[in-house]
Amino acid sequence: MTLIIDYDAGNLRSVQRACAEVGLQASISSDAGALRAAERIIFPGVGAAHSAMKSLRAKGLDAALIEAFNAGTPILGICLGLQISLNFSEERDTPTLGLIEGRVRRFRFTDPALKIPHMGWNAVRKLRPHPVLEALTEDDEFYFVHAYYPQPDDPSDIYAQTEYEGTFPCAVGRDNYFATQFHPEKSGRVGLELLSCFARWDGSVDAQ
Amino acid sequence: MLSKRLIACLDVRDGKLAKSIKFVDTKDIGDPVEKAREYYLDGLDELVFYDITASSDRRKIMLDVVEAVARQVFIPLSVGGGVRSVADATDLRLAGAEKINVNSAAVLRPALIAECADAIGDQNIVLSMDIKAVEASSQCPSGYEIVIDGGRRPMGVDALAWAREGERLGAGELVVNSIDADGTRNGYAIELTRRISEAVRIPIIASGGAGIPDHLFDVLTQGKADAALVASMVHYGDYRVSELKGHLHDKGVKMRMSW
Repeated sequence: MTLIIDYDAGNLRSVQRACAEVGLQASISSDAGALRAAERIIFPGVGAAHSAMKSLRAKGLDAALIEAFNAGTPILGICLGLQISLNFSEERDTPTLGLIEGRVRRFRFTDPALKIPHMGWNAVRKLRPHPVLEALTEDDEFYFVHAYYPQPDDPSDIYAQTEYEGTFPCAVGRDNYFATQFHPEKSGRVGLELLSCFARWDGSVDAQ
Repeated sequence: MLSKRLIACLDVRDGKLAKSIKFVDTKDIGDPVEKAREYYLDGLDELVFYDITASSDRRKIMLDVVEAVARQVFIPLSVGGGVRSVADATDLRLAGAEKINVNSAAVLRPALIAECADAIGDQNIVLSMDIKAVEASSQCPSGYEIVIDGGRRPMGVDALAWAREGERLGAGELVVNSIDADGTRNGYAIELTRRISEAVRIPIIASGGAGIPDHLFDVLTQGKADAALVASMVHYGDYRVSELKGHLHDKGVKMRMSW
């Protein structure tokens, strides 16, 4: 069973509907036991890092998610789900899960005309192959909405990047964990294709 | 580089698609779910539904429309019209709306913006502003005034000041709707849009007045809008979504061209 983690952080039904569209039946749950038992996990979320962490801890979902990661369950993080999988977020200086070493930083632009949040469609450039990005082609754009971005310590954890006054990492991963800053569930055909690739992913990555 | 967005607005009355001209005359022009799907497949970047009846007994119909659209359209979906409380916003979100538009109720009670932002996240609150050009005065130094109730009620609030206040209260985006331009097909209110875009850091959606593709070009360049909203241009079949995007792309505006 595929499980979408419910921790009071956003519109999980959008993710569930998009999964259904590609034939991936997913249930929404906030139960730590169900999370440990899931075959596949989607970790979505919009909102603020500190309240998300508080909510995860209150339900014991932080420990269950780390266990599932260590057990090799394929996990897809989306947006805030990605951000709280690093060690630390600058958003109210919040310590986060630490599945990948690195920090989440706030956008700071020298060009005052650049809007924050980074909201809308932008190209995702692949830096190295990954099974979840298999269908991605050069011109594909995805829907983003965020004011913070992930910065993993180890460049080999970065799979794709996006340009917005310079570039920022927009897809990161390690072992059986993969995550996107953009919203595949709101990115039309290309987003559905990414979800479809995740649905087939066994959690392994070829040695680089 | 971030693409500019083309957004289609579907005014819904009693579950049917309607288009208003200068907010007074409305007529039904089709099934919103069918239109939404058609635009989505033709490359639309975002959809806005506006419930122009918005009375309590019709709320359920709107929730059904949103739910039906959310099942088959996988781009951001924004809904507004008569949102007065966090409960209204939450119901629409559960039905499948990503973003919630607040308008009149927020002018009457600005705390609504902060309450909704707290409940569903800053980035999901869109402050929609209906604006009329007036003589500059001490009350409205910019010469632009906020009006509500479909343009009928002037509020004595300066549009630029209200845009900044909306941003401060937690709105993630602003819709700049010119009542003077709405339904005329003579072009967006360029000067108004540019002034608001320069006054805030959050993205701006230009609304009201689009008649030909160059109107979109003008507001996305000179008007400094991040997104252009269209309605009658596409609803009546005068232009296709892909055609408008192609036109803008050909003129050098960064648009999403692969879908």
